[in-house]
Amino acid sequence: MGRYVVRRLLQMVPVFIGATLLIFLMVNVMGDPVAGLCGERTCDPATTAQLEKEFGLDRPVWQQYLTYMGNVFTGDFGTAFNGQPVTELMSTAFPVTARLTIVAILFEIVIGITLGVITGLRRGRPADTGVLLATLVVISVPTFVTGLLLQLLLGVEWGWIKPSVSAAAGFDELLVPGLVLASVSLAYVTRLTRTSIAENRRSDYVRTAVAKGLPHRRVVTRHLLRNSLIPVVTFIGADIGFLMGGAIVTERIFNIHGVGYQLYQGILRQNTQTVVGFVTVLVLVFLVANLLVDLLYAVLDPRIRYA
Amino acid sequence: MRGATHAKWAACAAAAVLAATACAGGGSGGGGGGGGAVLSSSWGDPQNPLEPANTNEVQGGKVLDMIFRSLKRYNPETGAAEDMLAQRIATTDSQNFTITVKDGWTFSNGEKVTSKSFVDAWNYGASLKNRQKAAEFFKYIDGYAEVHPEKGAQTADTLSGLKVVDDRTFTVRLSQKFSSFPDTLGYAVFSPLPRAFFDDHDAWLKKPIGNGPYTIASYTRGSQMNLVRWDAYPGADKARNGGVTLKVYTDPNTAYTDLLAGNLDLTDDVPAAQLKNAPSDLGGRYLNQPAGIIQTIAFPYYDKEWGKAGMDKVRKGLSMAIDRDRITETIYQKTRVPATDWTSPVLGVKGGDKKGLCGEWCTYDPGRAKQLIQEGGGLPGGQVRITYNADAGSHKQWVDAVCNSVNNALGDDKACVGSPIGTFADYRSKTTQQKLSGPFRAGWQMDYPLIQNFLQPLYYTNAPSNDGKWSDKEFDRLVDQANAETDSAKAVALFQKAEEVVRDDMATIPLWYQNGTGGYAERLSDVRLNPFSVPVYTDIKVG
Repeated sequence: MGRYVVRRLLQMVPVFIGATLLIFLMVNVMGDPVAGLCGERTCDPATTAQLEKEFGLDRPVWQQYLTYMGNVFTGDFGTAFNGQPVTELMSTAFPVTARLTIVAILFEIVIGITLGVITGLRRGRPADTGVLLATLVVISVPTFVTGLLLQLLLGVEWGWIKPSVSAAAGFDELLVPGLVLASVSLAYVTRLTRTSIAENRRSDYVRTAVAKGLPHRRVVTRHLLRNSLIPVVTFIGADIGFLMGGAIVTERIFNIHGVGYQLYQGILRQNTQTVVGFVTVLVLVFLVANLLVDLLYAVLDPRIRYA
Repeated sequence: MRGATHAKWAACAAAAVLAATACAGGGSGGGGGGGGAVLSSSWGDPQNPLEPANTNEVQGGKVLDMIFRSLKRYNPETGAAEDMLAQRIATTDSQNFTITVKDGWTFSNGEKVTSKSFVDAWNYGASLKNRQKAAEFFKYIDGYAEVHPEKGAQTADTLSGLKVVDDRTFTVRLSQKFSSFPDTLGYAVFSPLPRAFFDDHDAWLKKPIGNGPYTIASYTRGSQMNLVRWDAYPGADKARNGGVTLKVYTDPNTAYTDLLAGNLDLTDDVPAAQLKNAPSDLGGRYLNQPAGIIQTIAFPYYDKEWGKAGMDKVRKGLSMAIDRDRITETIYQKTRVPATDWTSPVLGVKGGDKKGLCGEWCTYDPGRAKQLIQEGGGLPGGQVRITYNADAGSHKQWVDAVCNSVNNALGDDKACVGSPIGTFADYRSKTTQQKLSGPFRAGWQMDYPLIQNFLQPLYYTNAPSNDGKWSDKEFDRLVDQANAETDSAKAVALFQKAEEVVRDDMATIPLWYQNGTGGYAERLSDVRLNPFSVPVYTDIKVG
């Protein structure tokens, strides 16, 4: 187990370097950062040169990348163009997005798995068909439609929530945005759980458990659900990364100043330091989440061993 | 958020001066500044650190206008430059100016505003090593070339044209005659700075200190700024509300939704998609006022095809093929006005706005358009591609409409197509590095309401915003002459003559003047936008 974790951690290094290099190159290919920085009015050439020097943009790209990576390992992610250190941007943006992601994941786990179990146990019944139809609708409607619709109905028409989230972005304010963000994944979790439960229901160990005379509740939670969760956990694990990076649409609609917002601004203003910094952290989140998922397999199914 | 809610109620209870309704409204965060309620207003994250000479966009400028007062101030109604801190700006030759600063003004930290506050601020702004993005506004002052050389290191730290005479007087020597120089001094770049700015720059940036009607109570970068009324403000334009909370919105649509839901008091940017609904949603609380912004189509004169003689006919033909009336009405719901000259109506007739200066060339006439383009040798390569950035500003809509109009006029489906570029930054780098081969969208938002500002930076040979590199000796000569003219009426007339040169060559195609739009909550009154399309915050009454 310990060796497995170490091996996995070592594997992360090339992935990490490759991903950051790709992002770095992509952002650099997009155009001239200083031109975006100066806005509609061009900065005079002397100021432009000074700014390029300050941000190290006058050097070749490979040198910029090496310097950047060198700094990253000392915890310095550079300075955004508005003069704020990127780490400061991160310290305000990541907690907000993390809260949003937690809300979304909780929705996925609680609603998604519950619905999945219910429908999986009652295949073909009206409840099953109803949920299947509902998930189909959720999957096919884009997030921004769901988001804008809920915002309009709950925020403007009925006045139940505030249409935008305040700067503090507490958990209670993030419920609706979290649900919107979770909606599509939630539908997938439901469907995955349903299929998995329906399949395992006919397996030998469930039949044995029922034959032993175990109570229905225990059969479902300890035997059936535990074994059916492996594909679901895989999906949710990968989803943590997707939700954090892909919250741009939801964050924009509800005016949440999280990772999506900072990334969007960074891309718009060609702010290499911001974009690369945030993506770097997101890559790390992805990698760690994947590792945790793999480790969870053994908990769910003791037959799985790590060499 | 529950904790914060408690805190808010506690604050409401403590600040007895605050009307109970202001707390219940929930729209505004932060406490009052001692009398009058606080209003909340939409804001965009400023692109640069908030320093007067480092701000070249509207969002940062908005704050500077609230916390700073300079020598002059542009009348929010007429746009005329009026004395603010300036007691007297005297000159005999339009090149040497003696400026006297009014007595009794202080910064909000108690420091006196003296002539040195101005001279130090201007020297800081001009100095290359401080990398101020609006440094070029000091370029007319003598010694700029030493402080901010185009190449190499600077040889001086201060402008030789600036001299402090005494506490309230300083002199400015310009490197060339520039009669409207005093009128440019209302621009935020020329604001005075307190010693605190130089002594502890980082602390100042976190919470800027100025001499305007508001002070900054707290500033969370990227999300919110709380401004409160400064009660000791000596000026005549004291704030009539307790303060303003500026909330950063990533999307104007959300700000608009918040306004409708009663969660926000004022937005100064109604999104394009809502323009149709805004008058019915907001009734009399919808603002649609002229602003000093003009949209044009510019051409790459560095390109052989577009730079050759006789092309002016093609450009005129293109201009005549654009149905401005229809586009402004259908796409923009009359928040744009078809342009008939190259300036803006906010200048007023006295300031140089001349309706119809463009004449027949800006009138839709498809028949004549086709004829002119043929006479001029046809479109280069048989097609024009209008380049724009696709990430913001919904430019695609109007570019497609303009092309549609041109294609109809020429009876050719492929005569004009839009050519999008992904990001604004990429678009800007391509325009400034002369990498575009066809016409491109151009817009100009004035720095100060002067006809000079609509012409010189855009059309003078090698001027900073002359991205198409248009050049005309006669135009340059007329501008120089106008700048040297001490009589302002005569100067305006000369600028208009220069504008005629622009017209005769159709240097750019003027499309439309842009209005400022906005909307506000019922509890506000006396809301209006100034010629820069920024709300006149000091005038707004709450409740």
